[in-house]
Parts: sequence; C-alpha cells; structure tokens
Amino acid sequence: MSLSVTDLRVHYRTLRGDVKALDGVTFEVADGEIMGIAGESGCGKTTLGKALIRLDTRMKHAGGTVALDGEKLPIADDGAMRRHRYREVSLIPQYAMSAMNPTRKIGRMIRDLLAAHNVRYADVLPELERRLKLVGLDIDVLKRYPIELSGGMKQRVVLVLSTLLNPSLLIGDEVTSALDVSSQKAVARALVEFRDHGFVRSMIVITHDISVLFQVADTILVMYAGHLAEKAPARTIIDEPLHPYTKMLIGALPKVGDRYEEQQLEGIEGRPPSLLDPPAGCRFRARCPLAHDRCAEAPPFREVAEGHQVACWAVS
Amino acid sequence: MLTIEALDKVYKTGTFGTSDLHAVRKVSLDVQRGEVVSLIGESGSGKSTIGKMVLHLLDSTGGSITFDGRDVTRLGFRARRDYYRKVQGVFQDPFSSFNPIFKVDRTFETLRRSYFPRVSGAAWREKLEEALGAVSLEPGDTLGKFPHQLSGGQLQRLLIARALLLDIELLVADEIISMLDASTRIDVLNLLGELKGRGLGILFVTHDLSLGNYVSDRVVILYKGRVVERGATAAVFDDPLHPYTRDLLASVPHLDRTWEEVEAEESARSARLAGRCLYHEALAAQGRALGDEVAAGNTPADDVGLVEHAPGHFVGCFRKAADEECPAGV
Repeated sequence: MSLSVTDLRVHYRTLRGDVKALDGVTFEVADGEIMGIAGESGCGKTTLGKALIRLDTRMKHAGGTVALDGEKLPIADDGAMRRHRYREVSLIPQYAMSAMNPTRKIGRMIRDLLAAHNVRYADVLPELERRLKLVGLDIDVLKRYPIELSGGMKQRVVLVLSTLLNPSLLIGDEVTSALDVSSQKAVARALVEFRDHGFVRSMIVITHDISVLFQVADTILVMYAGHLAEKAPARTIIDEPLHPYTKMLIGALPKVGDRYEEQQLEGIEGRPPSLLDPPAGCRFRARCPLAHDRCAEAPPFREVAEGHQVACWAVS
Repeated sequence: MLTIEALDKVYKTGTFGTSDLHAVRKVSLDVQRGEVVSLIGESGSGKSTIGKMVLHLLDSTGGSITFDGRDVTRLGFRARRDYYRKVQGVFQDPFSSFNPIFKVDRTFETLRRSYFPRVSGAAWREKLEEALGAVSLEPGDTLGKFPHQLSGGQLQRLLIARALLLDIELLVADEIISMLDASTRIDVLNLLGELKGRGLGILFVTHDLSLGNYVSDRVVILYKGRVVERGATAAVFDDPLHPYTRDLLASVPHLDRTWEEVEAEESARSARLAGRCLYHEALAAQGRALGDEVAAGNTPADDVGLVEHAPGHFVGCFRKAADEECPAGV
C-alpha cells in the first residue's frame, strides 16, 4: 500500500471563518498506480495535492491522517515533513515551469536544489543525464537558462528534477495544462514512462482536463466541493460513471466528432456551494436531478464494485 | 460578410525593433452570416493576432479586411465606432474584462453612454433584459453584482450579452471558453450555436480541437502564421491531409480513444502521404511548376497558396514552417 489517506480535513483560515476546502476524504493509491484527480475549480483538488506535502500558513490541518508506505506523514508539522519532502513525496506545483529561477542555469538550479537536501550533484549527474535523454532532452539544457527553453521542455525538466531521488509518490498539479497539444502529449507520455521505469512508485495527477487523465491515469478520482464523488478505473469513469455528477461532467465534454447540430450536449445548472458554510449532506444535492430526502445525510464513499467507489445514495 | 485577403502582420521585436517577427503570413479566409469559422492553431500560430486585426486592436502590415464589401483595413476614429456596432469581440479571461472595483452594470452603462445616449431608461432596461435573456441569464441574479460574485461562465455570457446589445453581425470569440470549467463550458458553446442559428457570424479562435469541432461549420488550421489547411469541419477532421493537421489530430487527447489507437489509424494515412505534397502535385497536374507561378505573379513568392484538394477542402504545401523544405522536394 503506497499511500493511504483517512478522513483528511484541511481548512483555509479566512476573516469570515474557515473554508472547508477538504472535508473528510478517504482514499488509497496502490503501488504503481497513477491516480488522476478531476473536478471543477474550487473542488479541493489542488488543496489535496498540497496537503500531502506542505501546509502553508493559511491552511489548517483539521483532522485525518496520511500514511505513506505504512509510515504516518506528519503533514501538520512543517519541520518534521522536511525529511519526507522531495525524498519520499515530491510535488510539481501548478505553473512550476514559470517558477524557475531566471538568473540560474538549469544545471546550477538543480545543484542548489540537491544541496538543500544534502545530496551531491556529482553523484546524481549520470542519472540526471540519463533521464533527460529519456524524456527527449539534450543534456545541453543543463547549461541553458529557463528562458531558452520552450514550455514543454521546461515542464519535462521540472519532471526530471522533481523525481531525481526516486520518491514514493509524485504529485503533479496541472502539469500538462498551458501546453500545446504536442508538448502536452510528450509530457503526459513522460509521466507514464517514469512510473514504468520505477523512478516514482505511484503518482497523483491533478488536472481539470479529463481527456488527459483518460490517456495517462489508471484510476480517476472525481471530487466535488471538498468531498469525493467517485473513484474508478479510468475507462469506467468515462464509459460507465455511476455518480450523477460524474455522469453530467462527462456528458458535458465534447468528443472530437461531436457536432452541435447533431447532438447537443448539456452543461450542469447552478454552481458548487460555498465552502465557507457548506450545506449538510450530499454537496451535489442542489444541482442533482436524482436528489431526494435521504441526500440531506452525507452518503458514504463506499465500494460498489471491484475498485469502484461512489458516494451517492441513488447508487447501490 | 467578412473577407480577409492575404493578410500580413509583422511585429518588430528586439531592441529598437531591429528584428522582424512574421506572425501572420498571407492569410485569406471568409466568414458568412450564420456561420461559425474556427481558427485553430497552437501558441504562436497567429490566431489571436488575426482576431485582433479584425477587431482593429492591431494594425495589419499588408493585405485587406473587407466587411460587407467595404474595406475596413484602415479606419478613422469615427468610422471605427460605427464598425464596432457590427463587430465585437469577447476574450479569454472574463475576470480581466471587468473592472473589479465596479459592479458589472458599469460595463453596460459605458456602452449605453457611447452608443445609445438618447435611449430612455425604461427602454434601455428592456433592451438589456432581452439581451440577458438571449444568453440565458436572470437579470436579478447578475445585475448589481461585482465581478467576483459571479462565475466565469456567467461573466463570459454577460460579455456576449454586451456584444448583442449592439445588434452585431460578427462576433470574434478569442478562446472564450478555455478558462471555464467543463460543466459551464458547454453552455457557452451551445449559446454560440444558438446565436449562429439567428444569423450571427462567429470567428471562433481556439487551440482546442474538440471544441472547435463541436460548434464550427468550417475550420482554418494555422501553423506559424500560415494557413496549412482549411475546409468544412467534417472534411478536415475526417480526412486531415497536411502533416501538421495530422500531427495535431494525433496529439489531441481523446475521450474515447487512447493515443495508441489514434496513432494506429493515423499511421496508415501517413504511409500513404509520406514524401508527397498534394499542393505541388495539384500544381503539376495543372501543368504548372511553382517557378512559373511565381514568375507569372499568380502565387506569392513565399509560397503560401492553397489548392482545392476536394470541393471546399483546401490544403497548402506540405512543409511545416515557411522556411522548411517541401517533403516532395519540389
């Protein structure tokens, strides 16, 4: 068992009260699994990714545990997390490629990063060069400045450097967004390759683009307003989703070949609830066509078939 | 209705504008009433630049833009104001299109002040509600609110409503749904489809092929400022000819097929078209070599012309970038 998250709650402190961005999520990521997290903006997917590595000053750990390879991660203790960060859990944050130091050459930047974790650059250099070649980059990129690289190249450099110490878990937050489709494909392919080569044991890929998840992920976890809605193998989520939200979300995505004249797709009416004071029970209730009295009570996230978990009363 | 002929744009870059960036190369296309034309390309293809030139936010370097037979390439201040009654644009980020300090109503008020100063308050209110109704927004839910109180999809629809207040004939929609969530995205797309049904012409600028495909009648594929292929949506998507279009279609993440499956299909077509160039083959079939063309002055010297491969389906020389060699070695 690589990662197991139990009833994790992370709130944001604001002047108007706590925003319950992550309100009791429980899931597991198996060894060698690439799990995709999908959901609309504000559903808590980025918060989930960040909570596994570092809580910033606004974030509050309100309960729940995270265990990686059987060992409990001290996520609320910034100092104690330092030992695990980068070596065991590594995160590629959103917009990572734009966050490279513009005044440092790539090689120098990697050297600094390794020094901060007490690793000698010379020791990992052969491996670094091998991996750069693997993702289709010339080793000369180490002598270049970030500005000299294209978005796709930068994102691949970020991928290589964040997995250099073979972490157990890599979290990639929107790693393929803001890239052209051809670079998107190259980066997505590199993610799968890194898992296949065992550079990372398992992976969480966060993106709003479900079609990318379908290409790279083994399983997809759908989140809605700080709760989990459904987790299932990627193909099941696309072809036979069970949760009404997943159904409507997949139904709202035009496939290449769908035409407005022939088949009109429908969006989802309404907006997600405010997480400042979220309603009790199922959070999708207000937008759900199947909502009934029982939905006032929060449905459990339970397994309905092998590897398929759903939080909905209407699904049995 | 809108016709673009051999449009060019050169940006001056570098210190003191010492180097040139040819962003748009001899692009020709047209948009008719009641039609959605998608401009599809990756970053740097010049798709937004074309949209901005149509909207007069940028000056063109060469070529012409005509609207209903009238040349609108160079317009004075006054003429431009009249032009904007008919042509409006909506852009990618709805949040930056509104001033966050003011309520969204102000956007409509400024429009009223410059275009409808003589309309009475009651009549204006009626007109406004009608426009909001057309984009399926409840006036009570949206008016009197600040931008941060509304969702991206609502703001984007408010901007379209703003454009509709002017009885426009052409809408330039520049990546208007890329920032929206999947569940609201489709509503805006359906709205475009509905507006098209009412006779509006739409120039839909996008990098997302599945969105371009869903709503558009014709597509124009751009690569590094050059039109490489254009034609009816179904023709281009079912039978992509240009190597760039084929690459692009093979790279798009599909929801129902994996990349491996798409590539397997694509490899058969690639094998058939390898080392060929339909553009030069078509020219040769007409008994002309490219050299003659240039000498006769029919084709621009930088070779950005298109040939009609099948009725309504045009394709350019199979080079990718303008400075590359043609794969057929012509």
